[in-house]
Amino acid sequence: MFSQTIKFIILSMMLSFLSTGVRAETPKEPLWPILKEIHFEGKTIREDANDLLVIEAPKRAEDAAIVPISVKSLVAQTADKYIKNIHIIIDNNPEPYSANFHLSPELGMIEISTRMRVDQYTFVRAIAEMNDGSLHMVSRFVKASGGCSAPAGKDAAAALARLGKMQIRMRKPTVGEPVQAQVIVSHPNYNGLQFDQKSRRYIDAHYVKNITIRYNDTSLIKVDTGISISEDPSIRFTFTPTVAGTLQADVMDSRDQSFSLNKNI
Amino acid sequence: MKLFYLTLLTLSSLLFSPISTYASEVNIDYSVQEVSSAIYYHQGVHQDANQQNIGAIANVSFIIGERCVAVIDSGGSYLEGQLLRKAIKLKTELPVCYVINSHVHPDHTFGNAAFKADKPIYIGHEKLAAAMRARQAYFARTFEQLLGAAYQGTEFIYPDKTVSVNKPLTLDLGNRAITITAYPTSHTDHDITVFDNSSKTLWTGDLLFSERTPVIDGSINGWIKITKQFLTMEIDTVIPGHGPATAHWQQEFYNQLRYLTVIREGVRAIIADLGTIEQASAVVGLEEQSQWELYEDYHRRNVTASFVELEWE
Ligand SMILES: [Zn+2]
Repeated sequence: MFSQTIKFIILSMMLSFLSTGVRAETPKEPLWPILKEIHFEGKTIREDANDLLVIEAPKRAEDAAIVPISVKSLVAQTADKYIKNIHIIIDNNPEPYSANFHLSPELGMIEISTRMRVDQYTFVRAIAEMNDGSLHMVSRFVKASGGCSAPAGKDAAAALARLGKMQIRMRKPTVGEPVQAQVIVSHPNYNGLQFDQKSRRYIDAHYVKNITIRYNDTSLIKVDTGISISEDPSIRFTFTPTVAGTLQADVMDSRDQSFSLNKNI
Repeated sequence: MKLFYLTLLTLSSLLFSPISTYASEVNIDYSVQEVSSAIYYHQGVHQDANQQNIGAIANVSFIIGERCVAVIDSGGSYLEGQLLRKAIKLKTELPVCYVINSHVHPDHTFGNAAFKADKPIYIGHEKLAAAMRARQAYFARTFEQLLGAAYQGTEFIYPDKTVSVNKPLTLDLGNRAITITAYPTSHTDHDITVFDNSSKTLWTGDLLFSERTPVIDGSINGWIKITKQFLTMEIDTVIPGHGPATAHWQQEFYNQLRYLTVIREGVRAIIADLGTIEQASAVVGLEEQSQWELYEDYHRRNVTASFVELEWE
């Protein structure tokens, strides 16, 4: 038994400091002013629109690949006055403009949620665009998860094996009563930054482009999506069936593959 | 037990950064313990990687044969890799011929570059390279910040030789055969274990967490299945990915099995009731809190990851 003391001055470490170039860090400059200019050029956005909209996101992204994000409206949709679009922007993601939900006045109240990838400390914003064109924003700050949680798929083989499988999950609805439903499609939603060992090349981005949810002939939600959406995209929403009918979900991906599922209620 | 005290005089901030006005001194007690004949490991601390612990949060090991040395997981930073290499050189003059990575996570691979001078054969699961490429940019950005100076020198080194599921690979270190086995998706989609045939020592990588909250980065169903398989193996000693090496390894696998099963059953019940990830995170597995280190940091993540897997059962 002995112990030994080594004084170890790491010169190489210090030298490497000299050669270190620009370090990739969480951007310190807020990106929002630029993003606002790109996506809402010249328009006025009312901030902290907490009287209209609520955004829910965890304070910390537990799993960077799967961060649940919900948006609720506090004002009922009517034919005269309704939220036409909800834009979701995740400032510090590789593709900040993350989703656009096109919403029907038929929805009654807006209550939608999805799952997103969150790369790093970021604001997550929901911007409601009313049918009169006015814009109203709410936002939440999400801390990145620590440690080994990367926004990468956990089992690429499994995701690919069930590509295009869909589910519509809901309780047995009562006509005239609001019911919560979930549309989910199995899709790797590759962001194009991932590498395929077999072909020794980067996998081209392959993601869900849009999901359309209709009840009978009325479109309830159409959402344009991208690579910020988690693997196996999921849309949860509330609607009120006024007559018996069919809930229909259609999915289109970036390779123009389409997947559909419906449920009679 | 043999201790190496290492004092790092991080003069870099003093010398090269205009904003720092003092040199910070980091004291690292880097010790390796002999588990059985010619098998040594350094036990990682139950913390997340940071500048003070230099990312030395997972168990890293080496085994010495008559011909050469195999490293099993290389450390959580280039600096830890250097310390491990130094510890090896104090035990033997034989060369390091293999560096085996149990899986991609930074605490198991970031020391790889410290062994480059030995020209070892780097070994991993056939899916390790894909997993590394998918995470590389994210890990580099995140860990450069978390680890600071200890990260400098870290490289992503891909396996030279890979191991496939159902095709174990046996390596001879000189009168000492070790067998590497690849698994289907469990802790990750690319886990391997190492077994020393003579001492019946098993390195599980992160297929076994002891004391520290297990992290699901693959498949909860796959991991439960494999945890059960380990229970039937003939093993004398287990060196887990985290927590002490132990002869009472069955208890550790049972603990992990209980934890994973509690999550699976809890999440299944919430899914069956059309509940959400948020609801599941709030209630599933709370009774496990007192059993695990870093529960607050990893438990809800495990519930989340399990939820999106079990949704497709
Ligand atoms: Zn791990």
